[in-house]
Amino acid sequence: MNNRVETLIPKLGVITDVRIDTPDIKTFRVVTPDGKKAFDHRPGQCAMLSIPGVGEAMFSITSSPTNEEFMEFSIKKCGCVTDWLHQAEVGQQITIRGPYGNPFPVDDVFAGKDLLFIAGGVGLAPLRSVINYCRHYRDRYGKIDIVYGSRSKDDLLDYQEIINEWSTDAGVNVHLTIDNPQEGWDGHVGFVPNYVKELGFDTNKVAVLCGPPIMIKFTLEGLCAIGFEKTNIYTTLELRMKCGVGKCGRCNVGAKYVCKDGPVFRCDELDELPAEY
Amino acid sequence: MRKCSLDKMNLVFAEIAKNAALYLPVDQNDGSAVYKKWEEGTVWSNALNTVRSPKDFFFPQTEDLMKFTTSGKNIEIIDTRSESEDFVIFGVRACDVKSFDILDRVFLTEPVDSFYGSRREHGVIISLACTRPSETCFCKTFGIDASEPAGDISAWKTETEIFFKANTEKGEELLNKLSALTEDCDDSTVNEQKAKINAIMNKLPLKDLTTDAFGGGKTNEFFNLPVWDELSGTCLGCGTCTFVCPTCQCYDIKDFNTGNGVIRYRCWDSCMYSDFTKMAHGNNRLTQKERFRQRFMHKLVYFPENNDGEFSCVGCGRCLAKCPISMNIVKVMKKLGGATNE
Amino acid sequence: MQKITREQLIEKAVALLADGTVSCVLGWSKGEFDYDVTPAIFNNEEELKANFVFNDFCGVNFSKYLVAKTQKCEGKILVFLKPCDTYSFNQLLTEHRFDREKVYAVGIPCEGMADVAKVKTICGDGIASINFDGENLAVTTLYEDAPVMISTNDVLAERCVNCKSKKHVAYDELIGDEGEVIESNRFDEVEKLEAMTPDERFAFWQNELSRCIRCNACRDACPACTCEKCVFDNPNSGVENKSPANSFEEKMFHIIRAFHVAGRCTDCGECSRVCPQNIPLHLLNRKFIKDMNEFYGEYQAGAEVGSRAPLVDYTTEDLEPGEVFNRGDMNA
Repeated sequence: MNNRVETLIPKLGVITDVRIDTPDIKTFRVVTPDGKKAFDHRPGQCAMLSIPGVGEAMFSITSSPTNEEFMEFSIKKCGCVTDWLHQAEVGQQITIRGPYGNPFPVDDVFAGKDLLFIAGGVGLAPLRSVINYCRHYRDRYGKIDIVYGSRSKDDLLDYQEIINEWSTDAGVNVHLTIDNPQEGWDGHVGFVPNYVKELGFDTNKVAVLCGPPIMIKFTLEGLCAIGFEKTNIYTTLELRMKCGVGKCGRCNVGAKYVCKDGPVFRCDELDELPAEY
Repeated sequence: MRKCSLDKMNLVFAEIAKNAALYLPVDQNDGSAVYKKWEEGTVWSNALNTVRSPKDFFFPQTEDLMKFTTSGKNIEIIDTRSESEDFVIFGVRACDVKSFDILDRVFLTEPVDSFYGSRREHGVIISLACTRPSETCFCKTFGIDASEPAGDISAWKTETEIFFKANTEKGEELLNKLSALTEDCDDSTVNEQKAKINAIMNKLPLKDLTTDAFGGGKTNEFFNLPVWDELSGTCLGCGTCTFVCPTCQCYDIKDFNTGNGVIRYRCWDSCMYSDFTKMAHGNNRLTQKERFRQRFMHKLVYFPENNDGEFSCVGCGRCLAKCPISMNIVKVMKKLGGATNE
Repeated sequence: MQKITREQLIEKAVALLADGTVSCVLGWSKGEFDYDVTPAIFNNEEELKANFVFNDFCGVNFSKYLVAKTQKCEGKILVFLKPCDTYSFNQLLTEHRFDREKVYAVGIPCEGMADVAKVKTICGDGIASINFDGENLAVTTLYEDAPVMISTNDVLAERCVNCKSKKHVAYDELIGDEGEVIESNRFDEVEKLEAMTPDERFAFWQNELSRCIRCNACRDACPACTCEKCVFDNPNSGVENKSPANSFEEKMFHIIRAFHVAGRCTDCGECSRVCPQNIPLHLLNRKFIKDMNEFYGEYQAGAEVGSRAPLVDYTTEDLEPGEVFNRGDMNA
């Protein structure tokens, strides 16, 4: 039986780098004990990380699939598993299994299109994977706009990468905003949904949203108001998950399982689901 | 078709038990029946069915998934899986046999659950046609024929004899081993028996309950009906219905620190429980109404939507008999609009 | 057979709704069969006439529902209470679990409730109808032409066989006569357990509790279990378990629960009634009640509002711990 494949049995992973991104978000670099990437994945997919005795939880893979050396996870401290991870040091082993879920349709729907990424807070984590994927295959996509907001300058995730790499790319426009004025910040101030309206994008593009539910709600309304079709807007959902493969029943909403059929959903698909997410 | 006298059942059981663990319903001192491992002297129960469903054989209430040991920053993952032993379940009713198909659709779709899969491969099911259905039975609603149970071997019992028919290779193989104890026969007695059962089935109080109103794609039709408030109004939020249900299969994965390593185990979970969907930052089903609705919407709408119209209920009637407040899927179906006999 | 009829109760409820005393009624709603009644809220005469029932299968204790329902209902709730329910009612008031002003309690006499499982052991499965005929139940099945006549006394629920009181200890209005506290034999089974050797007793509970499927029905139905958040539902408590990691944990659940309700349990018997596995859970509680009676003097939880249970009340006559220890030693 031990030669049967079993998805619930994880692999070993090692934390090889811990980057402090914000006061409550750290980014962990994970490889297998022999220094390889644990498995291949697609942008938007997730992995189950666990610490024996503490628990297992689902996280989006924030590094791009084009990174063939390691995976990264940007994790906000908010529960048992994340609390534990936040005190973990380099060299700490954890367990990892995946990849799980339905990725962003980067190779078909997104191909050749202008892209608009809108993120709030730790919501940038799942988008970073797809943004870097699209940057890597830059010629396959049109213009890329990134709107990213957080509570304060200190809460902006991946700030160095955004400033040093994304902002300097040709055809990539980064629009940063923070909720309240702050010393040392001369950028935009205001909530993401309002900023998106102010920026006023043309609607002939695919939009991808990720962030707190309230941000998604208002941004989605705003995009629809300026003429975006819901069939051109994608977002990701997060619910409690245990198995990751649509069997344990926990993340079932309507006929969908967020772990298997999501976490990436097109917004018109979400309208078909009962409002339980 | 093979038959043997009921007097010889003990010999039949002994013969089966030679090669595999044999489980069959036996009576308990509280008056209910439970599947127990046969040994010399075990008395086969006459009860219509067991309180716990036979899903336990493939999907036990708790099972270890793996072990971990840790030292310093290092973890060792220990795969504790072993191949299931060969076993035979005797006396499974038509409804419960059907429940295995429904569980298969969950556990055997990719990625296959190897724990379930191993048990499924090593288990042989001998079903038994019903002779005395209860008023709580409504298997017919889901297209199940209580007189023609599936399984590797189907069995029919009369006052004096038992009849066997093999349906699968596994069943054929097992029935061949019983050739010294059984004899060939035609199916006339079994046909008579079937007619008797069907006559009773047509008298059951829930015989006209249908699933016509339900099925995939009907989420919006039912989800926001105000009647959910009334139906769930006195639900205690216990897990009785889900735990006695042969098709409920939600589970939790938990770690247990033994002090000498960590066991990661799986246990049944219930969508009726308040913490089922609880996350670090909230809960998407805050009230019992939402949890209650989830259970029935899943069985009557979501599951069929994903499984070619198959409902996640077999009409065994356990929840009708066991719910502390007698609220159950029949009442829900009738209220939601499935009633045709009112 | 109950002395009071469905019609009497509906008449009372309709009158109280009509004169504005109450805005809704907590009662029993008829089921698919003649025995599977469901607790329900009735808002008007039509609903009452269509679905309200009262018969020998109306065993559900409504007291606990008042905790949630009084918070939702505008105006007063009419609740029908059998004598044993009134003890739970008082105990919940003692613990300030609901607002007395939001309830209009009508005490109703009870002749003991039937257990359908006992009915089925006599007439078998396949009940087609049950008619309530004097002292008997006339049960027709799918299998016999003639109804089986069953004396209600032969199918009384265990808790009713050992009924401790026909007296209503709380009500706004009483239908029928005031009953009396009864000399019951409810501690007989406990004495049998006490007479066992520790090994026998362990084997007894091992066997009973091994059937537990941890559905939590006992806890969820228990009028003494009204914690807003049960420790067994809290993932951070370290003891939250949907099913036991081992059999030791299984026993712990029931024993911890018995300790937690000790002195507050009125012996209403809901735990055993709702157990899908027929585990005699009430015996754990009764053992505690018996011990407290013996150690601290007779005490009935819920007999009056505001009484202090022995375990939360200190008197100079209290038993010394050593005496408990010695007693334990004697039985060891």
